[in-house]
Amino acid sequence: MARYLRYLAPLALFALLVALLFRGLSLDPKLVPSPLVDKPIPAFTLTRLDDPAATISDADFKGKVSLLNVWATWCVSCRQEHEVLVRLAQTGQVDIYGLNYKDNRADAQRWLAQLGNPYIANAFDSDGRVGIDWGVYGAPETFIIDREGIIRHKHVGPITIEILNEEILPIVARLKS
Amino acid sequence: MNPMQRLTSTWLLLLVFGAAPLPAAVTLESFTFPTKAEEQHFKDLIGQLRCLVCQNETLAESDADLAHDLRAEVYEIMKSGKSDQEVIDFLVKRYGDFVLYKPPVKPSTYLIWYGPFVLLAIAALLLVRAVGRQRQVQEPAISAEDRKRLDGILGAVAEKGKQK
Repeated sequence: MARYLRYLAPLALFALLVALLFRGLSLDPKLVPSPLVDKPIPAFTLTRLDDPAATISDADFKGKVSLLNVWATWCVSCRQEHEVLVRLAQTGQVDIYGLNYKDNRADAQRWLAQLGNPYIANAFDSDGRVGIDWGVYGAPETFIIDREGIIRHKHVGPITIEILNEEILPIVARLKS
Repeated sequence: MNPMQRLTSTWLLLLVFGAAPLPAAVTLESFTFPTKAEEQHFKDLIGQLRCLVCQNETLAESDADLAHDLRAEVYEIMKSGKSDQEVIDFLVKRYGDFVLYKPPVKPSTYLIWYGPFVLLAIAALLLVRAVGRQRQVQEPAISAEDRKRLDGILGAVAEKGKQK
């Protein structure tokens, strides 16, 4: 037995290494875990996209489960997920807020008029400063926020039907219960 | 990357893709610094931070939109008299340890920090054992019993030789 061990041990070690590296291959390095998950949402005050005179702030997120969707008209995948958001908003399951990130007010308003507006309200972050506070590094990004105003989940990339069904909705349901 | 590595990787790129890579230097925004030393300090600091969009580039090198914004942010934090650590804390709080090219020493990173030394220690141990075993093998060349047998055989050969 001891005799086989000296041949088996390196083999086992090699297998372990292969398993480890193989797992590394299947991870997407573009998905950086956010340190903001399980933290309160960053404080901010921005003007509303539809009304430069009105503001929206972190206080608006208290008391209900909500989504914050980071989007822009220059963002191709945002268009891809937009219909999913519109349909989700129609069901009334969850309030969707938008953070219009480094965009142009007129373009963004036109986009919503054309493609439908799933948002309760949009914060207009023209210089991306608030985006930085939220750790945004590539639109679209979607945060799930609980009743206490604590970020419970972050999804980077477009919300596909699968992601809505398997990731977003179960978490929203859990937070609402 | 040091200049030598960069040169090597440039050649590799050329070899692999047969195309000239784009120049790596990015036009830094027109940040103004009172002294050359402070400018160098700023460049050193952003050279240690990772751009999240082009993940193999530092904030100093990247031309991504976010990198421009973050450079401006770092510049302003520095200008307000805050320390390097405060700049790093600002970014880590928002983007996580991933922005650091040099990961902090903490339980989840013990493996990458200390793993190589553990492997080295294991290798040294195995080496010492292997060398020790080899010595042991060399020492008793022939047992007393075998020597007697050998003497017997050689004695018989010698006898035969005499007889001829």
